[in-house]
Amino acid sequence: MMLSRIQMPQSAKRGDVIEIRIAIQHPMETGYRHDELGRAIPANVVNRMLVRYGGDEIFRAEMGTGIAANPYLAFFTIAQASGEVEFSWVDDTGETGFAKQTLTVEG
Amino acid sequence: MRTPRLADPDAPARRGFFARAAALLVAPWCFAPFARAQDATSIETIVPAIRDFTKGAQVRKGKVKLDLPRLADNGNSVALKISVQSPMSQADFVRSVGLFSEKNPRPVIARFYFGPRAGKAEIASRIRLAGTQRVIAVAELSDGSFWSDTATVDVTLSACLDAS
Repeated sequence: MMLSRIQMPQSAKRGDVIEIRIAIQHPMETGYRHDELGRAIPANVVNRMLVRYGGDEIFRAEMGTGIAANPYLAFFTIAQASGEVEFSWVDDTGETGFAKQTLTVEG
Repeated sequence: MRTPRLADPDAPARRGFFARAAALLVAPWCFAPFARAQDATSIETIVPAIRDFTKGAQVRKGKVKLDLPRLADNGNSVALKISVQSPMSQADFVRSVGLFSEKNPRPVIARFYFGPRAGKAEIASRIRLAGTQRVIAVAELSDGSFWSDTATVDVTLSACLDAS
């Protein structure tokens, strides 16, 4: 399980555009580094992250080695209804991560 | 014994030398505008991978704003922000944004997919840059048009290629 930190408002007014920020703990190995014995460290990056809000996809990122270690993404969505914002991601080794946060929409 | 007269025979050659030296100094500024015009027209020649993204469609400059620092001390992590001018309505929204690098070993940095529910076509992230280069963001709109913006970043410490 990969660690992540999500920053987003817990509640918002209906129709508000809210900012969602997520940082995932991951080395984003480029495949160009070597360990102390000179063996190449294989490339391994979080290649895909999907964000669902109330079950619908609102944002998706396909990433390569050009994204810095501990990938950070900030994006926006419209607060439509109370529900869960779910984040899921997968890296090149097939390891997956998941996180979610509840958003309460008033008005 | 004749004293050599310095002025007459040498003067034209010397004058020519100075004229050429001055021309050399001025030349870079003369050609700069042309170089810049070329940059704007041929982003596919800078990064051929953009053709895979656009599938050959024409890319226009504008609508996209790529915010990157002019100088990055460390290419391992460079903050960037891409914003696209769009109403983000059901009829007119940004489908996706591709981010490309001129000199990274892998030119495609990332691709971000939006929808009308984004409310605002804006994304911030942190990227790696292997050396001083141009970074290009290309946005695909719901009407099928492509728009781009280019930013040049001077990178002091380059990412990817060293063993750190």
